[in-house]
Amino acid sequence: MSCLEARDLGCIRDDRSLFEGLSFRLGPGQVLLLEGRNGSGKTSLLRILCGMRQPDGGALEWNGEDIFDLGPDYHAHIAYVGHRDGVKHDLTARENLTVARGLGAPNTAVDIEDALDQVELWGFDDVPARNLSAGQQRRLALARLLVTRADLWILDEPFTSLDSHGIGIVESLFANHVAAGGMLAVTSHHCVSLNDNDIIRINLSP
Amino acid sequence: MNTPSLYRAFSLLLWRDLLLAYRRRTEMINPLLFFVLVTALFPLGIGANPELLRTIAPGIIWVAALLAAILSLDSVFRSDFDDGSLEQFLISAQPLSVLVLAKVIAHWLITGLPLLIVAPLLGLLLDLPGPSIVTLMLTLLLGTPVLSMIGAIGVALTVGLRRGGVILSLLVLPLYIPVLIFAANAVETSGAGLPITAHLSLLSALLVLSVSLTPLATAAALKISLG
Repeated sequence: MSCLEARDLGCIRDDRSLFEGLSFRLGPGQVLLLEGRNGSGKTSLLRILCGMRQPDGGALEWNGEDIFDLGPDYHAHIAYVGHRDGVKHDLTARENLTVARGLGAPNTAVDIEDALDQVELWGFDDVPARNLSAGQQRRLALARLLVTRADLWILDEPFTSLDSHGIGIVESLFANHVAAGGMLAVTSHHCVSLNDNDIIRINLSP
Repeated sequence: MNTPSLYRAFSLLLWRDLLLAYRRRTEMINPLLFFVLVTALFPLGIGANPELLRTIAPGIIWVAALLAAILSLDSVFRSDFDDGSLEQFLISAQPLSVLVLAKVIAHWLITGLPLLIVAPLLGLLLDLPGPSIVTLMLTLLLGTPVLSMIGAIGVALTVGLRRGGVILSLLVLPLYIPVLIFAANAVETSGAGLPITAHLSLLSALLVLSVSLTPLATAAALKISLG
């Protein structure tokens, strides 16, 4: 069983300690919900979890191995959607997902049409992403989670610019992922409607 | 992470960048236009003296190519940085250096290859003799990929900065000087009818060295910039 374990993580930014001594263990079917005020280090923590940023203290292990030693072998297990969508405006929805699929570990069970279906973007597969609305672009970015075989989804404010219907769609994606034994690390101002027992809450604001 | 998927990621990214360039082709024409205009303005500026033009042609064409390369550099990673695609490359299941190599090759095909294609015309314009034009093309073929490869390291280091343009030029220009010296000198030498094997060998060595080493340096630089 996969698991992500953090021990005594610390992060310093501009000579300010954002957090220190942060420990948690995220197992299959669990959700890590990060809370805290703006600037409390939620995004920094997520970027550390992705392996994009080195923590300033502590260790982060995937199945007992340091994620920075694993490198691409760890990245094959994660999918990340950050503040910036990572959606190319000059490519169509289908082309965007084709690239995302090729860069990760492709999920052969879900083809690109299915993924677009699940985020209710059917019929938009040949539309350049620049012609999609902000909410639709966000849903396209989130469809990236489906086309790779990622166990751990790392999401920074996934509900930004989504309407209540879009939030519903995305919440059901999360619920399915967690029910299938996936893991989720998410920052959000919305309450994620999931079984409370499986949620690890971390508040970064002192 | 196996070889077929590594190859697939490489070719997919190459395809993606070429497609993006095709859809934004008006922006891509800038470096080429710069190269042609600068070279074409020299005869107007210094007068139609074939002797003089023939002497300074290798230098002019190569300096213009080098400046055009610098002008085009920022586009290697800029738009991917701005929309977050670069973050996705960083956490890709494939090694970043391979993805970087695909991007730089695409960049050379878009900005370097057109220079190579118009160079014979500019050679004629400056009254270069036939053998020199052939040498000019050879040096551009070997030299411009080196410019793209080395430039990518500089861009990777400065992509996170608001105004990285000046620093980029300062970082990259000194590293371009060897290419400029060997390439321009090769064209000159061949004009005098002397062998240029040594120049071409040196340029080839630079190319092999940069293809094998710069992707690693660029990948490391990107990790620092985005970390």
